[in-house]
Amino acid sequence: MKFLSDKTLEYLREAAEIPDLTGTRYRLMERVARGGMGVVYAVEDEKLERRVALKVFDAPGADRDLASRLIREALVLARLEHPGIVPVHDVGTLADGRVFYTMKFVQGQRLDKYIESVASISDRLRIFLRICDAVAFAHAHGVLHRDLKPANIMVGSFGEVLVMDWGLARLLDQQVRRSWKVADPNDTIFEKPTQTGNSNAGAVPPSGRTRHGTVMGTPGYMSPEQERGDIEHLDARSDIFSLGSLLRFLVTSDSQASAATARKQRPDKALNAIYSKAAAPNLGDRYPSVPELAEDVSLYLDGLPIKAHQESFIEKLARFYRRYRFFILLIGAYLLMRVLILFFTHR
Amino acid sequence: MSGEDFQPGPDRFPPTRRSVIEAVRSIDAEERENALEALCAAYWKPIYKYIRVRWNRPGAEAQDLTQGFFLELLERELLAKFDAKRSRLRTYLRLCVDSFVSNQGKASRRQKRGGNVGHVALDFAAAEEELGAAAMDPAAIPSPESLEEFFEKEWLRSLFGLAVEELHQYCVARDRERTFRLFEAYDLEDNDKISYDQLAKEYAISVSDVTNALAWARREFRRIAFERLRELCGSEEEFQREAGVAFRSHPT
Repeated sequence: MKFLSDKTLEYLREAAEIPDLTGTRYRLMERVARGGMGVVYAVEDEKLERRVALKVFDAPGADRDLASRLIREALVLARLEHPGIVPVHDVGTLADGRVFYTMKFVQGQRLDKYIESVASISDRLRIFLRICDAVAFAHAHGVLHRDLKPANIMVGSFGEVLVMDWGLARLLDQQVRRSWKVADPNDTIFEKPTQTGNSNAGAVPPSGRTRHGTVMGTPGYMSPEQERGDIEHLDARSDIFSLGSLLRFLVTSDSQASAATARKQRPDKALNAIYSKAAAPNLGDRYPSVPELAEDVSLYLDGLPIKAHQESFIEKLARFYRRYRFFILLIGAYLLMRVLILFFTHR
Repeated sequence: MSGEDFQPGPDRFPPTRRSVIEAVRSIDAEERENALEALCAAYWKPIYKYIRVRWNRPGAEAQDLTQGFFLELLERELLAKFDAKRSRLRTYLRLCVDSFVSNQGKASRRQKRGGNVGHVALDFAAAEEELGAAAMDPAAIPSPESLEEFFEKEWLRSLFGLAVEELHQYCVARDRERTFRLFEAYDLEDNDKISYDQLAKEYAISVSDVTNALAWARREFRRIAFERLRELCGSEEEFQREAGVAFRSHPT
């Protein structure tokens, strides 16, 4: 038996992972990222002469149940036509038996990297509003994302904001499921297999349904009910929790400019109230819908009172000043000039 | 278009081999023997090297212990006691080796074990050479975590080595020896400078032929390695986890 060096072993691991694009219209360019359930490659669509992203399921090809989840991720994305959601172009099976789908190749940066160059809180909030827009659209079509976090948001080179990685997405209710023509109305899609070792709990459910108790998501962004694996109580408010955590991240993380000057971003009480309400541990204390969360953020941006926080008189004055600062300063300067003129003419 | 349209069909892959754990419990003696042979083929080298490194035993003693271990596995029906829900087969075997070597040392009643297990030729000289080639210094791997990693890497080396060997036979049987040679030259040799162009010139074929041949060989290598791996796992869940270890060079 031929001896395989450590270097060859590593090479074989990578080479065996490379998708076999024989018989497809795609030519492999480079590996871009590893997301939920699969690896994303940059490929060239030779027919249309454009670069697209190809996501290939990285588990052994013979696993039908897991492979079908990647297909369903593609089906979810294909139906969510929105500028903030990456469009799917194609889906199929490679010569090596692995399932793939292709989508728009997003040239840009992950949100956590991108905001390092965005110092203004207002600009960051405007990005957040676009994320809310995409998530609200998905909710309106009966889809929960369930894994919203900075690493799953891309900001394109023209400032477009795209919500990525719908690998853990879940359909919201029976009515929507039926309208989506999913074979099993109780199916929850894209569950990751659990890794627990106790009897049967670790096995992937044969139908692909989510069992009560399956934990998915990302700590820090995952709602308490998700952490508990309380599948039955997941609704739009679980994504709102993640959005609240995302908002907190956006308004508290430092930009390169503020890091250089050692100035810390300090969110005011109103913003604090918004993300605290969105990410409230208790489901009932959160915003009931994404548009309502977005509305509060918009009100804040416009310098208007928000719904999540009862202002004191001083805070009202401060907000009034912030909103009309230019006019207040202008009037102040005018009055000061008048006072000075009066003072000098009567001397 | 329904999701099922894209499901990998059963015709795409040949029927998967039966797990050695299931086969070893079979009432068919031949099936049991084949299972042990498959297990021995994949694990004897990692176990031999592990005994050399972990237990710091000289070559001759490690050879004896390796063969003794497989006999013990058979005599005490240790595989039948393996519970796939509780651990990986790889971890279970490593712990069995530890227990076996420890008991052999304590009792000092080691017997000279002769011959190979089943029909698997145990080329200890080659294993010893590999141990030297891998430059594993026993003093450099003091912690149990490192030993686990060491055993995992040797297991992977053995698994891939067997898959390469089977791929070779597969290519020979299909008159695709040139494909294997291309695969060997590009993927198995530690030669960073070799290119598809060079191979195309060397074999007087087009670059796209090289690309296609390598894609085919990698696909078959992957399939064979998965089949071998499935055979060496006690459950589908273990297989999925081990496949992750074997093929994901950059875990999520």
